[in-house]
Amino acid sequence: MNRRAHHWLYPIAGFAVILGIWQLYADLWHISKIVLPSPADIAWVSWQQWSLLLRETWPTMLESLYGFLLAIGIGVPIAVCVANSRVLNLSLYPILIATQSIPKVAVAPIVLVWFGLGLESKLAIAFLVAFFPIVVDTATGLQATPGGLLELARSLRASRWQIFWKVQFPAALPFVFSGAKVAITLAVIGAVIGEFVGSVNGLGNLLLSANSQLDGPLAWAALVWLSILGVLLFGAVALLERLTVPYAAAGYH
Amino acid sequence: MAAEARTREQVARGSAPEAFGSFAQVRKVFALPGGREVVAIDSISFELERGKLVSLLGPSGCGKTTFLRIVGGLIRATSGQVRINGIEVEQPHDDFGMAFQQPNLMPWRTVLKNVLFPIEIRGGSAPDARTRAKELLELVGIAEFAGAYPGQLSGGMQQRAALCRALVHEPKLLLMDEPFGALDELTRMEMQDLLLQIRARTNATTMLVTHSISEAVYLSDVIVVFSKRPATIADYIEVTLPYPRTAALRYSSAFTEIEHRAGRALGIIR
Repeated sequence: MNRRAHHWLYPIAGFAVILGIWQLYADLWHISKIVLPSPADIAWVSWQQWSLLLRETWPTMLESLYGFLLAIGIGVPIAVCVANSRVLNLSLYPILIATQSIPKVAVAPIVLVWFGLGLESKLAIAFLVAFFPIVVDTATGLQATPGGLLELARSLRASRWQIFWKVQFPAALPFVFSGAKVAITLAVIGAVIGEFVGSVNGLGNLLLSANSQLDGPLAWAALVWLSILGVLLFGAVALLERLTVPYAAAGYH
Repeated sequence: MAAEARTREQVARGSAPEAFGSFAQVRKVFALPGGREVVAIDSISFELERGKLVSLLGPSGCGKTTFLRIVGGLIRATSGQVRINGIEVEQPHDDFGMAFQQPNLMPWRTVLKNVLFPIEIRGGSAPDARTRAKELLELVGIAEFAGAYPGQLSGGMQQRAALCRALVHEPKLLLMDEPFGALDELTRMEMQDLLLQIRARTNATTMLVTHSISEAVYLSDVIVVFSKRPATIADYIEVTLPYPRTAALRYSSAFTEIEHRAGRALGIIR
């Protein structure tokens, strides 16, 4: 009980202190709202403009989420191939790593040309950034199946199919989730990059236009909402992990 | 060596119909990278009587685990013959149950589901197996943990669950590779008594790899002492101590005498 309270209390207290210092600094030194709005300004705009912010959050969330889901849908099967076939491992892995070293921001304008200003281009960029951690972590997990469990399965003459579904894949699930948690936060970043390069809506678009109109508080409010979106999506994946891999909480790993 | 002569004599006698398993000139050579070869097992021949508990005793790295894996069908011998219950062993068989040094429980399955894993893989009557699994968990004293995850169990309890898993499909041959090696001394002694209880109940023929002399003497009908690599049989000891065996037996002179004989075969005592 006490430990749980500490778990929450300390970060909240730390956060409050930082906000307090920020507020004092902005008030006492009369910092321009364009340069650095105070926490109170940001909170006020978030409250005043909440329907606008919420409306712009929706497309950004969809872009991130769809990109993330696509990365799971394509990344996990590719990881399965890479982990189970030596030929595919040798031929695909270097390509994957090579593509990973391409800066995604640099690809964004090209993707925009391909897919246009709509949701698809943002989804594609979110997918591109979320894809890599999912493939790498899933493949690592699939290759890290404890030898003893494989031996056990062989002693029972389990088929390849049974070994995959009943041993290899469940053993890799904690790895898949650690990749997914990295990927979901990257997906939000990918979506915002896409919106910066070209878009008609979304929080990234709002941030950019508020900034160009020198509306500091609104730009910062968009930033705050973006972080909240990222934290919520991360939380959703973490919650799913707890439901799917409950034994991890029971002292494993 | 006299011991070797005795083994050969055993094999010669072994045409008796009771023989459950027979091993003739089993040899295993491993190929090392770079074209070199290492002879793990030189030549092992002995017979395994139905219902007996046989320990393979030897120094670590001597090839006794390799031999057990050959008997279990996990790997093939380079040459020689391995017959269990009338069939030539080429791969794992449904009549075998295996327990390993590590419990090898799946952390994502509850204890009961871990115990039922062999049934799930091989197919079989689920309701029957469930009842049997629960009985086994009851027998080893962890029935109340049936719904718990392995991560919540102590090492000894995990090994008990692994034992239930090896027994759930009622194997005719139970193969155990240093199953209590990772446990502390007290838990180990408790598990030895448990194994003897289970064996009295199930009557499964059991082959157990161990490097503990006292464990081998305490548990076995027969101790097959392996020499250093390449493994041959250093001694074949029939343990005549009566069952049921109790802790007091460990301190009797008959017990110590057999320990001494095993020790001499291992080259520890002269």
